[in-house]
Amino acid sequence: MSLDVEMAEIAKVFFQESREGLDVMESGLLSLDATADSENINTIFRAAHSIKGGSATFGFTEVAEFTHGVETLLDEMRNGVRPVTSEAIQTLLQACDCLREMVAATEAEQPLDQARIATLNGDIRHILGERPAEKPAVPGHGGADVPAAADPAANGPSGWRIVFEPVVDLLRLRNEPTRMFAELQRSGALSAQADISRLPLLDALEPESCYLSWTIDIAGQIPRAKLDEVFDWVDSHCRLEFTPTGAAAPAVPVAATAAAISAAPAETKAVAAADPERAPTAGAPLQKAGTESGSIRVATEKVDDIINLVGELLITQSMLSGFADGIDPNDLDRLRQGLSQLARNTRELQESVMQIRMLPISFAFNRFPRIVHDLSRKLGKKVELKLTGEGTELDKTVLEKISDPLVHLVRNALDHGLETPDRRLAAGKHETGTIELAAFHEGGNIIIEVRDDGAGLNKARILQKARERALIPADQELTDEQIDNLIFMPGFSTAEQISDVSGRGVGMDVVRRNINDLGGHVQISSRAGLGSTIRIRLPLTLAILDGQLVRVGKEVYIISLLAIVETIQVTKERVNTLAGRAEVFRLRDEYLPVVKLCDQFGVEPDSRSAEDGLLVVVESDGKRAGVLVDDLLAQQQVVIKSLESNFKSVSGIAGATILGDGTVALIIDVPDLIRSIAGRGGEVTAHAA
Amino acid sequence: MSTAKATAGADRSAADSSEQYLTFMLAGEEYGVDILRVQEIKGWDKVTRIPHTPDYVLGVINLRGAVVPILDLRRRFGLETIDFGPTTVVIVVRVVSGRSERTVGVVVDAVSEVYNVDASDTKPPPDVCGSVDTMFVKALATIEDKMLILLDIDRLIGNSIIDELLPAGAAA
Repeated sequence: MSLDVEMAEIAKVFFQESREGLDVMESGLLSLDATADSENINTIFRAAHSIKGGSATFGFTEVAEFTHGVETLLDEMRNGVRPVTSEAIQTLLQACDCLREMVAATEAEQPLDQARIATLNGDIRHILGERPAEKPAVPGHGGADVPAAADPAANGPSGWRIVFEPVVDLLRLRNEPTRMFAELQRSGALSAQADISRLPLLDALEPESCYLSWTIDIAGQIPRAKLDEVFDWVDSHCRLEFTPTGAAAPAVPVAATAAAISAAPAETKAVAAADPERAPTAGAPLQKAGTESGSIRVATEKVDDIINLVGELLITQSMLSGFADGIDPNDLDRLRQGLSQLARNTRELQESVMQIRMLPISFAFNRFPRIVHDLSRKLGKKVELKLTGEGTELDKTVLEKISDPLVHLVRNALDHGLETPDRRLAAGKHETGTIELAAFHEGGNIIIEVRDDGAGLNKARILQKARERALIPADQELTDEQIDNLIFMPGFSTAEQISDVSGRGVGMDVVRRNINDLGGHVQISSRAGLGSTIRIRLPLTLAILDGQLVRVGKEVYIISLLAIVETIQVTKERVNTLAGRAEVFRLRDEYLPVVKLCDQFGVEPDSRSAEDGLLVVVESDGKRAGVLVDDLLAQQQVVIKSLESNFKSVSGIAGATILGDGTVALIIDVPDLIRSIAGRGGEVTAHAA
Repeated sequence: MSTAKATAGADRSAADSSEQYLTFMLAGEEYGVDILRVQEIKGWDKVTRIPHTPDYVLGVINLRGAVVPILDLRRRFGLETIDFGPTTVVIVVRVVSGRSERTVGVVVDAVSEVYNVDASDTKPPPDVCGSVDTMFVKALATIEDKMLILLDIDRLIGNSIIDELLPAGAAA
């Protein structure tokens, strides 16, 4: 009963690990394109092997069988028997996709796509079918091929005698012989004899050590591979001997001991010390698990809980600081000292806790080699993908949400940006185009750039299209930069042909909206013949924000410092009215729409006339507006709390936070505010009146 | 749903069909909410007003780090509003709507009692039920010759929150 629950938990880990393994395989296969080095193939093989072993253990036989074919092919490549062809790599990549789907389907307990599995299995067999005849049909696990001639499975022995001598550490390595016996028993009638000769006296006995070894007789026509599967996990921690029994069996015993033991018994310890799943294979150098980043898997909710707690700690601290202003002056210094230390501690704690949520952007970048590989083949273009700054860290939520827009941008760069090889040659460029993805810090932001050295945007055509679709007034003069950024307008697409890659007119505007929703900003610049650069600016995190507290009447609101351009005192002569209602403010050479927070949010202000207040100039998406407030208060870092978790989203409000005095203050959603005045024109003031 | 646990001195609740209700007063009528949904009862305190919301949404408060909306039940039911006095309390309840669970505070005139209400003592609400829309009423119960209006808190508050917003300005 509890075992099922436990198994489900372990199975979850298996699914997770399988996905990671598939990612390893995929990136390995993609780099195999260039160089077929044996270390790389080994890595891919090990990943496949782990998936096979795991899926067999959990009884996902279809996954195990499918992976088995993949593994066979990889094994031959590894042993240099099979040349590494691009065709084989392509098939293996497809197999990875298929496996990923199989794993997902298995996890969701959905039926598998049998047709696809069969096709790919056929492809793999087809490649394997061209194999040299002298190699054995059954690949051994752990690299030690069992000679086919000695495998009597084909004749069907009526039983097996298995000698199983585990190392003393077997139990400590989290293997359970009774489970293995139970598994064996499913295949046929089983009788086992334990050898207790190694058993020490009771006072020397360690309960976690395994002193027993067994001689197991199992009846039934069982293929050898089936037995291998059972011992798959322990084969490097024991001595195994399989002897077929019964009339049909040849008399020669097969001494298929684990490679590690027969080849170098001294290595056993080292093997045992290493991750058992990654037992080294014969001939392969003992590889330390160097690729693991030493990370732990933590549920996001747990981290969020800690973040909330730390946020509260900050609130307590600021409450205490406020309190300290009104007590006995003699103790004040010591209290202040203590408080400043508390402030430092809490800030440090907050920073380090925030770090838990930060992930390197390589999580988003890693899918691009594959995407570019597939797409460039499809489009017949030659592309080199360069990734830089993969270690740049970004909040997990931001990372997840930026992934899809990035894919879209890269696809666009490949489809529209880069030219075909012959056009490139004709233009005097190298036939291989370059797409570069770069991430780096700038100020308090993360910048992600997608650069290509393609043809650049066709400004004339963009302008023409925008006028045709009445996206801009026919007579409006635009700068080059403004023209480029027209592609982010809703309903804009200049692709001459609608391909399945891009060109449906949705996309760039969605990309921009997604990025804006993350509090970011996207911009494109391009030069004809030299390529384009798309620049995305994102906040480091969505959980905290540097805020400016502003007061309107008796209420306090927060505006993100990132959105504020400047704050100015209003003079009467610079405020004008449009159509008698909407007010605009002349700032140097531009006119800004004035948003009166008091009207917008229905607050009673100190004074209704603009010149008594302060104008906070905010910017989002290249558009500016002046927000009229009564007073500026402090600037402080605030922990963003969602309104939606207990209420719902409110237009013009991005969230809430808790101030030092324990009260709630609302955070103004600047992009939404600007969008609303852009969308409704002069109606803003009329609406609120 | 789960039944209320029998507590000492509440031997009537032994029957499986009885549930415990916390009752409160609102304009002279007594209403009940499932006690398992009540998280806490706290005194009325200042709220932060939220723009663009109906007038019965008084604002939000900080409840130990969580931002929790406060609804005024008198306004929600369209009753005459009164000044908040010493008995005015906020009942913090957990509300389930769809897959999400929210914590919401409701302002009432005063809390009253905790009653064990047996299913046999309840009647379905008639079409007219005081000032309250019957869709928010789960049942009417008679306890000690008093009528209790048992509220369906999920519907009442879920509805209040999801309701299309009234135009801004109506809130002021």
